[in-house]
Amino acid sequence: MSRILLRGGRLLDPASGRDERGDLLLEDGEVKAAGSGIAASGAQVIEATGCWVVPGFVDLHCHLREPGQEYKEDIASGGRAAVAGGFTSIACMANTHPVNDDPAMTDYILDRARQDSPARVLPIAAATRGLEGKVMTEMAALVAAGAVAFSDDGKTIMDGGVMRRVLQYSRLVEAPVIVHCEDRTLVGDGVVNEGPVSTRLGLPGNPAVAEEVQIARDLLLAEATGAHLHVAHVSTAGGVSMIRRARERGISVTAEVTPHHLTLTDAVALGFDTNCKVAPPLRGDADRKACRQGLADGTLDAIATDHAPHAVHEKDLEFTLAPPGMIGFETALAVVLELVRDGELTPLELVRRLSTNPARILKRNAGSLAPGSPGDVTVLDPERRWTYDPAKGFSKSRNSPWAGQSLTGRVLLTFVAGKLVYDVERGVVAP
Amino acid sequence: MAQETPPSIGRVPPRGAGAAPAGRTLLDDTAIGRALTRIAHEILERNEDVSQLYLVAIPNGGVPLARRLAGSLRQIADVEVPVGVLDTTLYRDDLKMTGERPLLRHTEMPSAVDERVVVLVDDVVKTGRTIRAAMDALMDFGRPRMVQVVGLVDRGHRELPIKLDYVGKNVPTSPRETVCLRGRDGDLEGPLEVALLPADPRGEA
Amino acid sequence: MIGRDLLGIEDLERSDIERILQTAIHMREVGEREVKKVPTLRGRTIVNLFFESSTRTRASFEIAGKRLSADVVNFSPSSSSLKKAESILDTARTLDAMDPDAVIVRHEVSGVPKAIADVLDAPVINAGDGAHEHPTQALLDLFTVQQEKGRIDGLTVTIVGDILHSRVARSNIYGFLKMGAEVRVAAPPPMIPPAIEELGVKAYTSLREALDGADVVMALRIQNERLAGSYFPSVREYAATFGLDRSKLHYAKEDAIVMHPGPVNRGVELSHDLADHRPSVILDQVRNGVAIRMAVLYLFAGRKREDGQRRRTS
Repeated sequence: MSRILLRGGRLLDPASGRDERGDLLLEDGEVKAAGSGIAASGAQVIEATGCWVVPGFVDLHCHLREPGQEYKEDIASGGRAAVAGGFTSIACMANTHPVNDDPAMTDYILDRARQDSPARVLPIAAATRGLEGKVMTEMAALVAAGAVAFSDDGKTIMDGGVMRRVLQYSRLVEAPVIVHCEDRTLVGDGVVNEGPVSTRLGLPGNPAVAEEVQIARDLLLAEATGAHLHVAHVSTAGGVSMIRRARERGISVTAEVTPHHLTLTDAVALGFDTNCKVAPPLRGDADRKACRQGLADGTLDAIATDHAPHAVHEKDLEFTLAPPGMIGFETALAVVLELVRDGELTPLELVRRLSTNPARILKRNAGSLAPGSPGDVTVLDPERRWTYDPAKGFSKSRNSPWAGQSLTGRVLLTFVAGKLVYDVERGVVAP
Repeated sequence: MAQETPPSIGRVPPRGAGAAPAGRTLLDDTAIGRALTRIAHEILERNEDVSQLYLVAIPNGGVPLARRLAGSLRQIADVEVPVGVLDTTLYRDDLKMTGERPLLRHTEMPSAVDERVVVLVDDVVKTGRTIRAAMDALMDFGRPRMVQVVGLVDRGHRELPIKLDYVGKNVPTSPRETVCLRGRDGDLEGPLEVALLPADPRGEA
Repeated sequence: MIGRDLLGIEDLERSDIERILQTAIHMREVGEREVKKVPTLRGRTIVNLFFESSTRTRASFEIAGKRLSADVVNFSPSSSSLKKAESILDTARTLDAMDPDAVIVRHEVSGVPKAIADVLDAPVINAGDGAHEHPTQALLDLFTVQQEKGRIDGLTVTIVGDILHSRVARSNIYGFLKMGAEVRVAAPPPMIPPAIEELGVKAYTSLREALDGADVVMALRIQNERLAGSYFPSVREYAATFGLDRSKLHYAKEDAIVMHPGPVNRGVELSHDLADHRPSVILDQVRNGVAIRMAVLYLFAGRKREDGQRRRTS
């Protein structure tokens, strides 16, 4: 059925600033019309009263673990978990085994995605070969193969000289360089935020200054090179304020923040639960508040999940040995709705940060309900209460601090290219 | 205080708590004194060599009784019999594997036990398990030549073949009732009394 | 009522600590007898699960268990033929199937005893986890001070050394604060943990100020490998600025006692003289260690979760 009418929902379209009750018509893979009283004979009608109808979410940052670690996630399962969370496009990081630092690998990922992923997959290629932080990758060839951005995420480019060259060269292809800011020499063997919690737990601390030092460095390098810098998973108050000042100075920088850094603090790690271990670590309350403020005032442009699956046996280890990361596709919406409920963001502004802004940063034709846009649409119920059981989710992994918790807000329907790919009653309905 | 019963039952609140003490008095301080005097005579009668005697009290109730016995022996026969205190909690056979562990009490054994005639002193004897535990404890201290037992109150209901050599008073009771030695004014150092408390409706004695 | 496990002093009430100290007094008396054995835990099995090696603490627990007539089994995964792939929790679950009455755990990473306690039915006693807690050490330190000074309330206790990496420091901070003492920590700046004052102690980088008026001075062991250039320039400089000797001790009260969890680096944390003579009470600490561990085993061993209620459904 290539005509679908979503009737009577609350249309939230940040691209046009529209927030109103209305209908949305999907036809031939596109948004055909959006507004009130749309006539559509022969269309399949879906009642959307009480729901928000929004452009499908675009995730700037996730880990699909394929190739190499398919036991904990692959492009198929990651794509399914993504659409279950309302994400219609997901940008996956290059720290796979082997690393995505070569056009053949980028090809492979896109091919697998075409076959098995209901969500659109946008590969982020490595900025340096093998993520070793020494020699830059063939950015032109990678962009030609389909890479949308460059990042050594998972690792950091410690050498300032290399970082500068990477930023300079990236101007050739006009793709963003996404940086995971953590000075390894300051992180040391830190596994939780350095502060009262690390002191109580007796675990090595990872100080905020480890992130701030590198954000400072990379902002200055971005300024000096004129490249576009995108800061991944900002977690510190100092980081937010430096990015704000950099923007004011006209530096070309964008930034993202994760749902967990917006809502959790290091105190949740007091029970030594390894599902709370993440990089960068959950920080203190002041940092969390600063991130929320930064998201609200636009300093932080986008919400990105940093969906990072790890197997149960990998997380079931001593706190210092467990790999950092949490899954996030399926809980992101419910978690960030807290900011709307607390009055910090309007629904429209939330959707802008989940969809329109990330699309803009990656220069994708997405994040909009304007006629002619790709038919990537998410229908959600912001009031729906549900209990999150990761074992029943679509990801192969279960490492989530929200396991077993009662959440409010759920995706009901997800459309990609005008076709229904996820229905909360039936699960994922397309390959 | 009786050791046969779990600590939650039979513990009498100190006088200052406001309420009148519960139970019926079986022996008042005078009666206790007379019984102890008689027992002192019996001890002397049965044991020719008084220099080998060693009174060992089982806390808490046995302690004031043993001291008074030592006083009587001093008065009657002009003999200094040493008094030791031997807590049996660590030798009990009923250490519950759930719930709280019982509080430990004082142990002080000023003399060696070897070759002595040890006279164990307990306030109330019922099942006999405390006496058995006391003998086990005693054997870890040495090898007495003989062990005799003083029980101020024998209320029967033996579960082990333990006999008392010297008895203050035989008191027939129902097993669920509680018999205890306590200070009349709440302090075991002052005047004493033996009380009979009714069966605890909450649980077994 | 004391909980099922002894994972740390932070979880204990003051009344729990007092109960343990009170019990230790009686246990010490057992240690003074000719026959240092009572049958209380006869037939019970106590497992020492030491992932991090330690002769002293393990021997202390072993003697304590044996004095209570328990069967003590030593299991040292760090030294056995355990494959690297077998996780901590797999090891613990295997042990649990053998139905121990208590499992004593030591590990170099914080949080492991708690993770093990979550999957076992048997009570878990923490013998030291990472830099987090070492409850029996703090208990024996509290006991030693109580015996020496007759009380803990109102005393001033100064802990000197690598506080950042010390579980002994943390447990003692919780313990002495709960028992009413004033607690100070003194260390070179990189070894003062962030936000330590939030725990209720005062932090000093001047040893002299930290010692002023102290009743108890506790010196912690400096691990030489950590000193090698990074947190502190050299052993020599540490000894000069934070090492204790008789002359520096004059800053403390005249009748101050000196403690150390052992083993002592003579000439570093304590001068040779102080290590071996009064006012240091190090050997009393060791002796009291057995009594405290007997008390802990008496109070905790065998108290399993009721049948049918596994600790954690995984």
